[in-house]
Amino acid sequence: MAALLEAEGLTAGYGATAVLHGLDFAVEERGVTALLGANGAGKTTTLRAVSGMVRTGGSIRFAGERLDGLATEEIARRGVAHVPDGRGTFMELTVEENMRLGAYTRSDRAEVEADFERVFGYFPRLRQRFRQQAGTLSGGEQQMLAISRALLLRPRLLLLDEPSFGLAPLVVQEIFAIMRRIREEQGVGILLVEQNASLALDFADRAYLLETGRIVVSGPAADIRQDESVRRSYLGY
Amino acid sequence: MEGLPHQIVAGIATGGIYASVALALVMIYQATHHVNFAQGEMATFSTYIALTLIQAGLPYWVAFVVTVAVSFVIGVVVERVLLRPMHDAPVLAHVGIFIGLLLVISNLSGWIFDYTVKAFPTPFDTGAPMLGGLVSGHELGSTAVTLAVLTLVYLFFRHTSLGLAMRAAAYNPVSARLVGIRVGWMLALGWGLAAAIGAVAGIMVAPVVFLEPNMMLGILLYAFAGALLGGIDNPAGAVAGGFAVGIIENIGGAYLVGTELKLTLALAIIIAVLLFKPSGLFGRVVVSRV
Amino acid sequence: MAAEDAVPVEVVAAPARPDAPTDSLAWLAVPAMVLLAMAPAFLVESFRLFQLTSVVIYAVAILGLNIVTGYNGQISLGHGAFYAVGAYTTAILMASFGLPYWATLPVSAAVCGALGWGIGFPALRLGGLYLALTTFALAVAVPQVLKHDALETWTGGVQGVFIAKPDAPFGLPLSADQWMYLFTVAIAAAIFVLARNLLRSRIGRAMMAIRDQPTAAEAMGMDLAALKTRTFALSATITGVAGALSAVAVEFVSPDSFSVNLSITLFVGMIVGGVASIFGAVFGGLFVVFVPNLAEDIAGAAPGVLYGAILILFVFVLPTGFAGLLRRVAASARRTTATNDATPGR
Repeated sequence: MAALLEAEGLTAGYGATAVLHGLDFAVEERGVTALLGANGAGKTTTLRAVSGMVRTGGSIRFAGERLDGLATEEIARRGVAHVPDGRGTFMELTVEENMRLGAYTRSDRAEVEADFERVFGYFPRLRQRFRQQAGTLSGGEQQMLAISRALLLRPRLLLLDEPSFGLAPLVVQEIFAIMRRIREEQGVGILLVEQNASLALDFADRAYLLETGRIVVSGPAADIRQDESVRRSYLGY
Repeated sequence: MEGLPHQIVAGIATGGIYASVALALVMIYQATHHVNFAQGEMATFSTYIALTLIQAGLPYWVAFVVTVAVSFVIGVVVERVLLRPMHDAPVLAHVGIFIGLLLVISNLSGWIFDYTVKAFPTPFDTGAPMLGGLVSGHELGSTAVTLAVLTLVYLFFRHTSLGLAMRAAAYNPVSARLVGIRVGWMLALGWGLAAAIGAVAGIMVAPVVFLEPNMMLGILLYAFAGALLGGIDNPAGAVAGGFAVGIIENIGGAYLVGTELKLTLALAIIIAVLLFKPSGLFGRVVVSRV
Repeated sequence: MAAEDAVPVEVVAAPARPDAPTDSLAWLAVPAMVLLAMAPAFLVESFRLFQLTSVVIYAVAILGLNIVTGYNGQISLGHGAFYAVGAYTTAILMASFGLPYWATLPVSAAVCGALGWGIGFPALRLGGLYLALTTFALAVAVPQVLKHDALETWTGGVQGVFIAKPDAPFGLPLSADQWMYLFTVAIAAAIFVLARNLLRSRIGRAMMAIRDQPTAAEAMGMDLAALKTRTFALSATITGVAGALSAVAVEFVSPDSFSVNLSITLFVGMIVGGVASIFGAVFGGLFVVFVPNLAEDIAGAAPGVLYGAILILFVFVLPTGFAGLLRRVAASARRTTATNDATPGR
């Protein structure tokens, strides 16, 4: 069976500077793939390349269709939800409006209302903050909002950029616990970028290790977790 | 109709015009951080279209609706053709396009419809002043129309999904794309909406100031003043500011500087706001983009 | 601030320093240029000469605008106001106070500088489009002020002020038109040289740093608001002197010759001539004097439409204006010469 997302020879860069030098990776249907690596390795750029936010070369296939060359909004409309670094909150809008925007492309109103309830099931705190301006939320709450906004798109693929960034360890635990539930219940594939390698490897079933825009190690997450030398030289734990 | 109460009521009537144009300016400013210096000229052109339709025999309100619709389309087309390709160009290039647009449209108005000053009909009762001599039929009617338009715009942005998407695209285009909003089209719609609102303002003010190619120049100045007073990044504030400068203009014109210096009064308001309350009454200071 | 804001802007960031010719050539070039500039006084008939005088005056006015908008990045849409104030100051001093024309120039310059500072101070603290908005309002309002009753004793209200064109001094055998042309060219030359030296100095580099890298400039300890305000005042001064010269050359000032269209004309001249280019101002002057006539011939009743269309066309196709085009042509010519020179040596 073909993978949900497949990148071949993916290159990307900003202006004249190339950041990715030909990546091959895949995310299986309902699978979790983690991209690991140091700062500046190209993890965020990889997610941006999938979303068409940077100029790319090579090919990206999503559910059999080519994504490369499409505009960001068209990629989103095909079922790729991206939780960007910095969380992309619409600070001036309310929590409710942020969530409604997540479902902007959908016309199935009843289903959207049901999804709102489902999301509140994961993140009850958002129900309490529903009418509040999103800019007033804490970092953890904004991360929850960002994930909710992405889920309300009803994506087949979720791109998560450092969901643990800047959050207290307890909040990170909470968010990852909920993401496990989401993965089981929503049938969504996940491409996860994380600095916290041990956290990511526990969650993912496949992992790729990036170094300056190239994949240096890849394989099942469990194997990489076991591999003493990889852990020491690349992941530092 | 001389006393202070009348000046205030008349101020609210003209204030509605200023508020509409200020709203049109701020909508585009919020989404693009550019000020459309041709907004007034576009409105004048729309008013000429309305006059042509009325003279061709269309009922007033039919001509009104058709004009607003045509203006909307013109706004969308201008954005798509002139602004879209310049999206990443520097501020000066944008100002150049706006000034070029101003020249083209105002001279086009004069060329097609000639430069003579024209009377413009009002659908409202022009007979005896109402409410004990406080207000003329046209003042009352035009205030009602501008208030209705402003309310509709408010409802559109607050309570429709498209309005929400337009706000999202203005606040945070990157995130807006990630939820599937076609940001480029939202900008074009914003231009269309601004042009449509401007058209209403032009049609409502033309019976008072008479129609000529530079009709909206002074009104644009007051709209600037209103937008700055209310906060240039705050649509509701700009509307409030528009009404406020309408009242200031009428009272100032009646008791302070006379009508010969009305434009200078607008300049004075602008400078006073920049000196004493640069963020406007309801806005934030935007100091970036030096 | 978004990342793209930090990138130096293309239109404004035309290379600021024209390629300096070698010193020996420069010594030859200066007298040659002086002769070239003076020649028309003795070669063309008086109407053409008047037009050329106008070209020089507009070039100075556009240079003033270019200093603040082109080199400092602060957009002014109201330089016609300073032109008007310079013209009226000179006209009033000559008509009501009997001052000779040359003695009015410093006064007009000072008045315009002060007005520029007064407008720049509130608007430039904030940056962004506030200056463009304020100056646009100024340009629209100025004719109204000039017409106002309270000032009528001096301004002549709607009628304006008539003054007499000065004769050539020291019994020089020149007509008034010839003398006016030469006088204008001399003043313009002085202003152009001063402007060029200023723009190449530390202050000029600071002005451009504020335009291109405001954040870095501030981090280096520059007082942005103060420098921008002074630049604006200087720019208003130069455009004011141009206005003063125009009053003398036209022998007349009236409110309606200084409508907002004048400000727009100067702006168009700057863009078409070349943003951030000293010589661009000369092209701009040629453009605003000769193209409206041409446009009238071509487009009949709607020269303004063509004028606006040309402006938009330049922004799209030739954002660096005539000056940028010439620079590009010169650069490619030099490159061709360089390769030709290199070929035989191989």
